[in-house]
Amino acid sequence: MSQIFQFFPKFVLEPRLEVSGKWVILSPIIAIILTLFSGVIIFSLLGKDPFLALYTFFVQPLTTMFGITELLVKATPLVLIGVGLAIGFKANVWNIGAEGQFTMGAVFGGGTALLCQHTESILVLPLVLVLGTLGGLFWGAIPAFLKTRFNANEILTSLMLSYVAVLCLSYLVHGPWRDPAGFNFPESQIFSDYAMLPILIENSRLNLGTMFAILVVLVAWILMTRTIIGFQLRVVGLAPTAAQYAGFKQSGLIWLSFLISGGLAGLAGIAEVSGTIGQLLPSVSPGYGFTAIIVAFLGRLHPVGVLFAGLIMALSYIGGENAQIEIGLPAAVTGLFQGILLFFLLACDVLVRYRLSHRSVLASERRE
Amino acid sequence: MKTEKLLFGLLILAAAIAAAVFFYKQSQDVSKKTMSTAEDTKVGFVYVGPIGDHGWTYQHNAGRLALEKSLGTKIKTSYVESVKEGPDSERVIQQLASSGHKVIFTTSFGFMNPTLKVAKKFPNVKFEHATGYKRDENVGTYSARFYEGRYIAGVIAGKVSKTNKIGYVASFPIPEVVRGINAFLLGARSVNPEMTISVVWVNSWYDPGKEGDAAKALIDQGADIISQHTDSPAPLQVAENRGVKGFGQASDMIKFAPKAQLSAIVNNWDNYYVERTKAAIDGSWKSQDVWYGLKEGMVKMAPYTNMPDDVQALAKKTEDAIRNGELHPFSGPIKDQTGKIVVEAGKVADAGMLLGMNFYVEGVQGSLPK
Repeated sequence: MSQIFQFFPKFVLEPRLEVSGKWVILSPIIAIILTLFSGVIIFSLLGKDPFLALYTFFVQPLTTMFGITELLVKATPLVLIGVGLAIGFKANVWNIGAEGQFTMGAVFGGGTALLCQHTESILVLPLVLVLGTLGGLFWGAIPAFLKTRFNANEILTSLMLSYVAVLCLSYLVHGPWRDPAGFNFPESQIFSDYAMLPILIENSRLNLGTMFAILVVLVAWILMTRTIIGFQLRVVGLAPTAAQYAGFKQSGLIWLSFLISGGLAGLAGIAEVSGTIGQLLPSVSPGYGFTAIIVAFLGRLHPVGVLFAGLIMALSYIGGENAQIEIGLPAAVTGLFQGILLFFLLACDVLVRYRLSHRSVLASERRE
Repeated sequence: MKTEKLLFGLLILAAAIAAAVFFYKQSQDVSKKTMSTAEDTKVGFVYVGPIGDHGWTYQHNAGRLALEKSLGTKIKTSYVESVKEGPDSERVIQQLASSGHKVIFTTSFGFMNPTLKVAKKFPNVKFEHATGYKRDENVGTYSARFYEGRYIAGVIAGKVSKTNKIGYVASFPIPEVVRGINAFLLGARSVNPEMTISVVWVNSWYDPGKEGDAAKALIDQGADIISQHTDSPAPLQVAENRGVKGFGQASDMIKFAPKAQLSAIVNNWDNYYVERTKAAIDGSWKSQDVWYGLKEGMVKMAPYTNMPDDVQALAKKTEDAIRNGELHPFSGPIKDQTGKIVVEAGKVADAGMLLGMNFYVEGVQGSLPK
C-alpha cells in the first residue's frame, strides 16, 4: 500500500463500514441518468439534436414489432451465456472462455445438422440441440479438469481454448464442411428445415431460443436461491475458508460451475446457429462470449439481473445501428456510449461500497 | 436528509429527460413530414469495416459521396459501418429496407445470405451485393477484377525486388484472395522467374495490429516487397519504417508511405453506384452480375512512384495491354504448386477457375489453408 501513497498522497478509497441497501439498488439508476446526461452533451457537441439522438437510440427500436423481436433475438445469446457465467463468478470460478464454448456448441450442433441434412425427422432438432449443448459442456470441462487436476489457472486456459475453438470452426468451414456448391467460399450448406428452431412470430427472427433463455433464467434463479447447491456455490465465493470447514467439495463446485456455464454457452451457440444464422460460417459470434461477461456483472451476477442487463446491452447495439441509419451518427459513438454506461455503473458501484478519502494515511492504519 | 434531497432531485431530472425524449416524437413527426418529399430516393449502404479504414470500406464510402454529389437532392443516402458478417447484418439490412431505402448496397461477401433473405421480404427494394455469387429478381451482384492490378504490381515487384522474396499479408483463403496472390506471382515471374511469395493469413479484413505484425515477420524473413489483401494501411506503414517497398490496397495510400508505395490498386465504385441508382429511379434496374476491371474503370492504378523510369514505363505498358485485352494475367502455361499444368499454353483460365480458385500457382510458398 505504501507505494500507492507515494504516487497519490491525497486520495484514498476506503471501504465503507456500512453499505446502504438503498444506494445499492439506486446505483444503476443513477448510472443510467448520468449516461443520459453525458449523451446529451456528446450529441450536442457532435451537432446532433440530443433528444432526437436519445430517442432513436433508446425508444424508436421499441416502437415497432420488428424492433422488439430483434431486441429479443440479440439479447438471447447474451442472457443464456451471462446466466451461466454469473453462477460460476458467484463461486469465484472464472470462466472467461464462453466464446469458445459458444463456438463449440455451434460446431457440435451444426455438425450434427449437416450430418442429418437429408434426414426428414422431427427428432433432428432435439438431437442438434443436445449435441450443441454437449459441445459447449465438453469445451467447458477441459479448463475444469486442468484446474482440479493440475491447479492450472482457469482464466488462462479457458481464454486460450476460445481461440482454439474459433480456429477449429474456421478449419471445418474452410475445409471438410465447406458447401460443395459454394465456389470454395468458406460457408457450410444451409441447414434443412428439420434442423432449424421454429420461429415464434411470423416474418420475424424470434425463435424458440428466446424461450430457452427465459426458462434458464427461472431455473438458475431457483437453483441459486432455493437449493443447497446454490447455497454452496455462494458460500464458496463469499468465504472459501468457511466453505472448506463446512466440508463443501471445492473441486466438485468448480466442475459444476464450468459444466453449467459451458453447457449454457453451447446451447446459446447452437440456438444462434440453428435459430438465426441457418448455416455454419467462419465466425458465428460477434464476441457474445466476451460481451456476456459484462452482462453478467451488469446484472450483479443475479439471473434476473442478467436478463435485464442482456436486454439493455442488446438495446444499445440496436439503438446504435438505428442512430447510424436515422441520423448518421458514426459507429464509434455506439461504442463510446456503451463505454460511458459501463464506466458510470462501475464507478457508482465502487462509490457505494467505498468512499473517497482525503487523508494521507488509511483510517484503519491510524487507529492502530 | 441530504441524500434524500439529492435523490429526489435526480429522479425529477430523470423523469424530465425521459419525458422530453418520449414527447419528442410528436414534434419530430411533424417536421419530418414537411422536410422530405415523395420523390426522394433513399439509398442505403452496409459496410463491413469503419469508413476510416482507408481501404475497402473507405472506397465504398467514397462511392457513396460521389453518388450524393452526382444526384444531389434527388436522393438521400445513409450507411451503417462496422457491421459484423452474420446475424447482425441481416437486422441492419432489414432495418434499411423497412425504413424506406429503395436501393441497398451490401458491400462484403459475408452479407450474401442475409441480403437474399431480406430481399425476399422486400420485393420492391433493389439490392446490390458486392463480391457474391447468389442473385435474385431484386438482388444484383458486382465485383471488380482486382487481379488485373495485382498482376501489374507483380511485374513491378519482379523488377524492383533484390531478395526475390515477396511478403503477402492476406485475410481469408477465399477465391478472391487466392486469385490475387496467384496473379501477383504470375506478374512477378513474367519478368523474374526467381520470384517467390510467402503468405501470412491474419484471418481478418481489418486488424491494423495483426496486419502490421504480419508485415514485420515477413520482412524479417527477407521479403523486400510487401503486398496485402487486408484493408488498413498498417502493412504499408511497416514497409515505410523498415525501408522496403509495398503497394497500397483499395485506395491510394501514398500519404501513409510516401517513400515506400510503388503504386496502389484503387477500387473505384463511383460510376457503378451512380448508374445503378439512376436505373432504380427511372425503373430500368434489372438484376445482373458485373465483373468490371481496368477497361471499365472499376479498377484503377495509383501513380507509379518510387521506382526507376524503365520500370515505370513497363508498368504502364502492362496496364495498357491488360486494358486493351492484349494481355490476360492468367494466360497459360500456368503450373500449380505440384508442377501440374492447370492452364495450357495459348489458353487463358476460364471464369469457373477464376471464380472458384483454390490452388496456389508454382512459386507460392507454403500450402493453402483448407
